[in-house]
Amino acid sequence: MEALEIARWQFGITTVYHFMMVPLTIGLGLVVAVMQTIWHRTGKVEYLRMTKFWGKLFLINFIMGVATGIVQEFQFGMAWSEYSRFVGDIFGAPLALESLLAFFVESTFLGLWIFGWKQLKPAIHLACLWIAVVGSVFSAYFIIVANSWMQHPVGAEIINGRPVMTDAWAVFTNNTALVAFPHTLMGALAVAGGFLLGIAWYHLWRRRKDGIDTIGPDGRVVPGEASIPGRDKTDYKVWIRSLRIGAIVAMISFAGTAVTGDLQGKLMFEQQPMKMAAAEAACHDGTGFSVLSVGNLGSKNCDDITAVIEVPGILSFLANGDFTTQVRGVNGLLDQYKADYGTHLPDNPIYGERAGQEIQYVPVMEVTYWGFRMMIGFGGLAALAALVALWLTRKGTVPASPWLMRLAVFGILAPFGANAAGWIFTEMGRQPFVVAPNPDLNGIDQVFMFTAAAVSPGVSAGELLTSLIVLTAVYAVLLVVEVKLLVKYIRGGVVSAMPELARVPADEHPDGTPGPDAPAKPADDVLAFAY
Amino acid sequence: MELLPTIWFIVIALLWTGYLFLEGFDLGVGMLMKLFARNDTERRVLLNTVGPVWDGNEVWLITAGAATFAAFPLWYASLFSALYLPLLVVLVALIFRAVAFEYRGKVDNHSWRARWDWAIALGSFFAAFGVGAALALTTTGLPLNANGDREGGAMAWFSGYAVLGGLAVVGFSLLHALAFLALKTDGDVRHRARAWFVRLLPVLLLPLAAWALVIQFLEGKPWTWAAVLLAVVAAVAAWFLAKRGSEGRAFAAMGGFLVLGSASIFGAVFPVVLPSTLDPMFDLTIANASSSDYTLGLMSVVAAFGLPLVIAYQAWTYWVFRRRVSAAHIPAAHSFLPAVAARAFTTKG
Ligand code: HDD
Ligand code: HEM
Ligand code: HEM
Repeated sequence: MEALEIARWQFGITTVYHFMMVPLTIGLGLVVAVMQTIWHRTGKVEYLRMTKFWGKLFLINFIMGVATGIVQEFQFGMAWSEYSRFVGDIFGAPLALESLLAFFVESTFLGLWIFGWKQLKPAIHLACLWIAVVGSVFSAYFIIVANSWMQHPVGAEIINGRPVMTDAWAVFTNNTALVAFPHTLMGALAVAGGFLLGIAWYHLWRRRKDGIDTIGPDGRVVPGEASIPGRDKTDYKVWIRSLRIGAIVAMISFAGTAVTGDLQGKLMFEQQPMKMAAAEAACHDGTGFSVLSVGNLGSKNCDDITAVIEVPGILSFLANGDFTTQVRGVNGLLDQYKADYGTHLPDNPIYGERAGQEIQYVPVMEVTYWGFRMMIGFGGLAALAALVALWLTRKGTVPASPWLMRLAVFGILAPFGANAAGWIFTEMGRQPFVVAPNPDLNGIDQVFMFTAAAVSPGVSAGELLTSLIVLTAVYAVLLVVEVKLLVKYIRGGVVSAMPELARVPADEHPDGTPGPDAPAKPADDVLAFAY
Repeated sequence: MELLPTIWFIVIALLWTGYLFLEGFDLGVGMLMKLFARNDTERRVLLNTVGPVWDGNEVWLITAGAATFAAFPLWYASLFSALYLPLLVVLVALIFRAVAFEYRGKVDNHSWRARWDWAIALGSFFAAFGVGAALALTTTGLPLNANGDREGGAMAWFSGYAVLGGLAVVGFSLLHALAFLALKTDGDVRHRARAWFVRLLPVLLLPLAAWALVIQFLEGKPWTWAAVLLAVVAAVAAWFLAKRGSEGRAFAAMGGFLVLGSASIFGAVFPVVLPSTLDPMFDLTIANASSSDYTLGLMSVVAAFGLPLVIAYQAWTYWVFRRRVSAAHIPAAHSFLPAVAARAFTTKG
């Protein structure tokens, strides 16, 4: 394989992997912060338990996001040095600001939160979590700004062959970023929603199976207690509340992704029409949205593809908000791209051996077509499942069926899949450009860059292959470890995150007492949470 | 006069110094997990001294990298691509180290902990060594062509300077960690750390001093020579202070040593940011590697308020967790209590 191909695989694999951890961090972080806030306000113990339990899972996942994020930061310089040289003047700034204004905040205040349960006053301790969570939302904003500049370069001008920032405001309020950011946040919440729902379902099911919760004559649940630590009536509340929060978050966030995704789609039809045409595998101008197309989608020749089921008008609606405007297809666009940006890579040393190759303006349609549908499909499925889950649990607990439980747990994966599919669609649909040209400013002098020019010229295919193999292997091993730990803590239930429950009988904390319990603070207890 | 690039050169030097000062001790503590701690309780004492802060410390590295990208894209691109394999080692080391900190205590099992202890110790070692090698090479040079790309294949970066720089940061981190443990712990660990510090200081600081001196002989200016001499004074002071039992001051003197040492190194190479060993014409300098004044100006404004803020809240964190940790504070590792266990339980209600 060629260096460029390997570098692409590496970037794709490491980034999608990073983005498995990230949405869970962002989404779960927000949810845990809300839980702790409710506990702080009302003093209800179930919310303390929820904070501790979900907080523990949050931390197990968080660290993997940190560990894989550093790879992302270094990778631009290591594998994509030409890219870094070309875009550094603009693209570097949001990355630097992300570190300075977001990563420092996140890491420092999360450290305070983890270790500060007893050292900090409750309100300050809670504030630390909120600050860390807001930090992670900021980090999402900055990285989306960076990525959006590659999708839609603004605020820059070519000087001496390199783009130079001329308008920071334009870069940081890039309309692409302003819609991608809420869309990504909603996607992150969708992940958290599914996660809460699946795990809470499992625990409610387990309580039924163990005979702790039973069904009364009116069909409603009768919560019970078992003489094992943490398996009391409060425990029941922990899970039913978590389940409902999860289901509601899942539904709202899907609605959010749909609204923001629609805006994104409309923008993309303008900014990268080829990406959207390829998302439809639409060769000719038209108005119909394809539900199923068959044929050889990988083919660069569009006429191999036949739309089997098509809903007329919908594509126009996605692109323009009405049902009749014709949306441009791949064939027409192809001619235009060739006219604007050439048919072959220029004879420039930056392309190495790739100079003179023919440029493929049509992205891999299998990926864009199915990527787009999987994103929407998995997201919609998760939201529908959440609705069904609320209905099935209206009497206070889950059905006894083990199959439904398995489905709920398995369903945790759907929003992850939607996120990954969304990114793969976005990034591969942008090809062959790594910085896509801004169509408002058409012409060859415009700011854009072919991916073929971006890879590090001095780095050999052997080095890249080494890192691809090493990183993939390390990531695979760590994924197994992370999932095993998560499963262990999930099965352990609340006590696994609150060993003190095993010592203090839970009924010492009567429900509904206002204000959080004053933490017991022996004078020499310097470690609220020991590693 | 290149005002903004000069400012950003100083900012980046500061970020690296801040990184070495802060992460220096947690990298050292990581290595000491295997070299110094005698049993599991001591290892947990060590871990908990850095527990709340290590991640914040590591962000200094990320910020140094990202700031280099933004302020000197050509420096970032050439350095990182030329050092492809050593940086891969650093990345893998940092990945395992980070995960190990978090996961080590999550399962109460001896071999589980032992495995993560190795991950922490080796991860810390290779991260320190690799960062040191990269920093040394950015001061002594790499075989770069006119485009700033490495010539000569995957290992062309390797030289005695790389080893010297690696040892310099490893040695400094170990010593700095001993000073830190003397300051942050109590009981046996504290006393042993101080004794080790006094005994090992001359050996552990030697490579860093050698690197600083080599640079002075190559590129030194009068003021950077003065900085080296002052750094030596600070090291001697640290030794006497530690011997006398002033742990706080000894730690501060270590900080002084680092700041002066790194000022002498960065100051000497200025205004070159990355020399080419093939041809001085290909050197990257603050003038030809930097971003536009517009970008640098924007970042200066943000950094002028952002960096002091970071320092303020990180300082507050150290203040919150200022109390010494000792073996007596370490609770027994709680064995895991699964809620989902056997089926037959008496239920009431
Ligand atoms: C749970 C996750 C999730 C769900 C349910 C959806 N999306 Fe999405 N989508 C993402 C997660 C995501 C993402 C991973 O976050 C992406 C990748 C890049 C980005 O900004 O967001 C994305 C990208 C993305 C793009 C590409 C933007 C670009 O190329 O820059 C479009 C057009 C849409 N989405 C549209 C939609 C529509 C119309 C949806 C209808 C329901 C939808 N998305 C659901
Ligand atoms: C913000 C900075 C980003 C930069 C500079 C960037 C750049 C790149 C580059 C250079 C490639 C390789 C070219 C290619 O093969 O397509 C790539 C591919 C890819 N990136 Fe991005 N990307 C960024 C953000 C992201 C994010 C945040 C994600 C998702 C979480 C992502 C997902 C992908 C995927 C899935 C690929 C694989 C596409 C492929 O192999 O063709 N990228 N990106
Ligand atoms: C290719 C682009 C990306 C780069 C260079 C990058 C870089 C990083 C780095 C260096 C870290 C570790 C920070 C620490 O040590 O605390 C990190 C973590 C994080 N990143 Fe990324 N990232 C990328 C993509 C994304 C995207 C697309 C998002 C969100 C939409 C995101 C959000 C986060 C968040 C929230 C964290 C902190 C929480 C966690 O570690 O999981 N990142 N990233």
